[in-house]
Amino acid sequence: MRARLLPLAAVSAFGLLALTGCVANAPAGSTGASLTVDSSADACTVSAREAPAGNLSFSITNSGDQVTEFYLLADDGLRIVGEAENIGPGLTRDLVVQLAEGEYVTACKPGMTGDGIGTAGFTVTASGQEVTVDEGLEAQIETANVNYASYVRDQVAQLVTGTDAFAAAYVAGDLDTARGLYAPTRAHWERVETVAESFGDLDPQLDLREADLEEGQDWTGWHAIEKDLWPAGAEAGFAAYPAEERGRLADLLVADTATLNVKVQTLSFTLSQQTNGAIGLLDEVATGKVTGEEEFWSHTDLWDFQANIDGAAVLYAGVRDILVDKDAALAESLDTEFAELQALLDAERVGDGFTLYTDLSDAEIKALADQVNALGEPLNRLTAALVL
Amino acid sequence: MAGKQMTGEEVTGEQPARGLSRRGLLGLAGAGVAGLGLGVGGDRAAIAVAAASASAPATAVYPFYQEHQAGILTPAQDRLHFAAFDVSAGTTRAGLIALLRDWTVAAAALAAGRDIGDFGAVSGPYDAPPEDTGEALGLPTSGLTITFGFGPSLFEDTVGVDRFGIRARRPTELAELPHFPGDMLEPGWSGGDLCIQACAADPQVAVHAIRNLSRIAFGRAAIRWSQLGFGRTSSTSRAQATPRNLFGFKDGTSNIKAEESAAAAEHVWVGAGDAPAWLAGGSYLVARRIRMTIETWDRTNLREQEAVFGRNKGEGSPLSGGTEFAAPDFALTGRADLPLIGSAAHVRLAHPAQNAGARMLRRGYNFVDGTDALGRLDAGLFFISFQNTPQTFTAVQLNLARHDALNEYIRHVGSALFAVPPGAARGSYVGAALFA
Repeated sequence: MRARLLPLAAVSAFGLLALTGCVANAPAGSTGASLTVDSSADACTVSAREAPAGNLSFSITNSGDQVTEFYLLADDGLRIVGEAENIGPGLTRDLVVQLAEGEYVTACKPGMTGDGIGTAGFTVTASGQEVTVDEGLEAQIETANVNYASYVRDQVAQLVTGTDAFAAAYVAGDLDTARGLYAPTRAHWERVETVAESFGDLDPQLDLREADLEEGQDWTGWHAIEKDLWPAGAEAGFAAYPAEERGRLADLLVADTATLNVKVQTLSFTLSQQTNGAIGLLDEVATGKVTGEEEFWSHTDLWDFQANIDGAAVLYAGVRDILVDKDAALAESLDTEFAELQALLDAERVGDGFTLYTDLSDAEIKALADQVNALGEPLNRLTAALVL
Repeated sequence: MAGKQMTGEEVTGEQPARGLSRRGLLGLAGAGVAGLGLGVGGDRAAIAVAAASASAPATAVYPFYQEHQAGILTPAQDRLHFAAFDVSAGTTRAGLIALLRDWTVAAAALAAGRDIGDFGAVSGPYDAPPEDTGEALGLPTSGLTITFGFGPSLFEDTVGVDRFGIRARRPTELAELPHFPGDMLEPGWSGGDLCIQACAADPQVAVHAIRNLSRIAFGRAAIRWSQLGFGRTSSTSRAQATPRNLFGFKDGTSNIKAEESAAAAEHVWVGAGDAPAWLAGGSYLVARRIRMTIETWDRTNLREQEAVFGRNKGEGSPLSGGTEFAAPDFALTGRADLPLIGSAAHVRLAHPAQNAGARMLRRGYNFVDGTDALGRLDAGLFFISFQNTPQTFTAVQLNLARHDALNEYIRHVGSALFAVPPGAARGSYVGAALFA
């Protein structure tokens, strides 16, 4: 529906940097040392040169007059362990990392170019907290990234095939076939919705609802056709689109979907993009599907609901092995809540599809909404659990 | 009811000293019309009290009879009760004028901290219902302001009838706001022939005002919808700290402030030379009920929250640097040459620099009206803005509705536009020039 803020393509330009190379088995909730960093025009002053192993919080203040960055590097001075970027003059930003015993390097980069200034050693001492470096972690994360990118490409490829068939039936006047293909085809879009809607103009052209239009704006995409296919709830005086308009909408739908397919070929994803993508899909459920607003004419909201959850479950599955190592209890909680939500959806299955939104009771809708929140809470903690 | 006298004589200029309670005032009122004759001097005293009371709003008094209606440039009080009314079928032009006269007298009394009517809440005939409902007895004046507005449908109803002979006087700008992208407006939260904005430091004082004014209107006008606001989201004075909205962010940092009289003249008040003449010294009030999907927002990471607003959450500083009141630098770039304040950031899109210098005075309130059918907080921002043409709001809102990253987490469910006439002169009534 609405475009999300951070364009994936742009973010992926600085790819995997946001990941620490350290893994923690420290007890959850353990608090560590707090340090301050003063990043000025010509110095990078850390309040201490050593700290005990565990969670460390660096509060970086930019006292210079250029945008600055702070880096925590491994003792080779190259591998990034933690960073805080885009700190405007006068602002303070926190960097929270979990560090194992060992030697590190700190540096600031005012102006965001060059090698950085104030480069100095930083020692993490033994603290009794078990913080181990897992050499295999980055490989695990890279596997998750590759697998997810491949999943996105596969779903969009199926979307292209389904859209072609849908558009052909619609243009041919075989409206029953088009109605039958509508929800199952859109499921491929909904599974990767947070990615699909990150491409500027494509999302509004493909997925805008009537309420999202401004006066005089051309309405194209799935929902414009949806209204023509399910006109029962339309305003008085609504007339079926003429053949010419149907042809135009179908052609645009096919062309825009083909463009989407090209764009997803080169994507890659950071770990936090994956975890936040799962939250984003859950939010799509919470704002559009559980309220029956997304499929306003066809009432096939539960198809979208299932597809959003499918996508979130894939994202979770990709990082689950990493999570089990880090926080087994959180993994168990997520397993349980995903299963509970799926059980509620399964109870609404009818044939190959689902109960129409308009046939759901208030109690059934409330139960689904509550379970979305129940899943949302542990999902909120996923990013911190993985990245720290 | 229509002919009911609100007070025997208009008791003017009777201003309580700081800290004086309504019970104390009742004593004054009980002394009959003893307050008469204090006159203008009392108002000056009240202005002084008001000016000094930015940090002590409980005892503030804002006089009702002023050049401009109070409740606009007045330092934003913490609580709101806003009501939209429809004039009842059968009410004549004379009946509407009588209602406005009654409301004017009652509003002046309420603003001064007095009870409604000759006898108030606990005096008068023992076998008659009290004139004042009484729940504000003993409460301080609380800086109550009452602001009246006229909706487009007052001039011409939905079927084109000119009920009150004022169609020809409708400003062309006073028309339904256009549909903005994403609008999910509900008729039960939109429109209205008349509106009353009651603001006070104490919610019970604001509710008391709307309750008694709607009671006075029974048979002549009925409430169409009303909204309680529990926390101001704007500051309209430099003496006030910028409050936070329910997303936890400071919003409205660059609002027009009472101290900026030139900005108010340029952006808020309809000028003497502008059409129509009856609205000179008035303004236009836009009300938007903006639902926030709180639960979704709370699942959003801090990076995105700050990127959405273009400010940091702690201080409210623009992401381009500096402190809260530093001017945002929209050109300053960071990584990958992307601006630190993104192209879809709320502060960028709403800023006057991005809207041809357009400014409005925002006076919104946080609301939580319990929960919805899905168990989610029915929460959000009741947006109120004052500007000397609705075009200002329309242009900025169109920009926001198209591009604002915040749209992911909000939806506009109510909308209304009112022309706010200038302040009433003593002895006259609010909007008198419209009917002259």
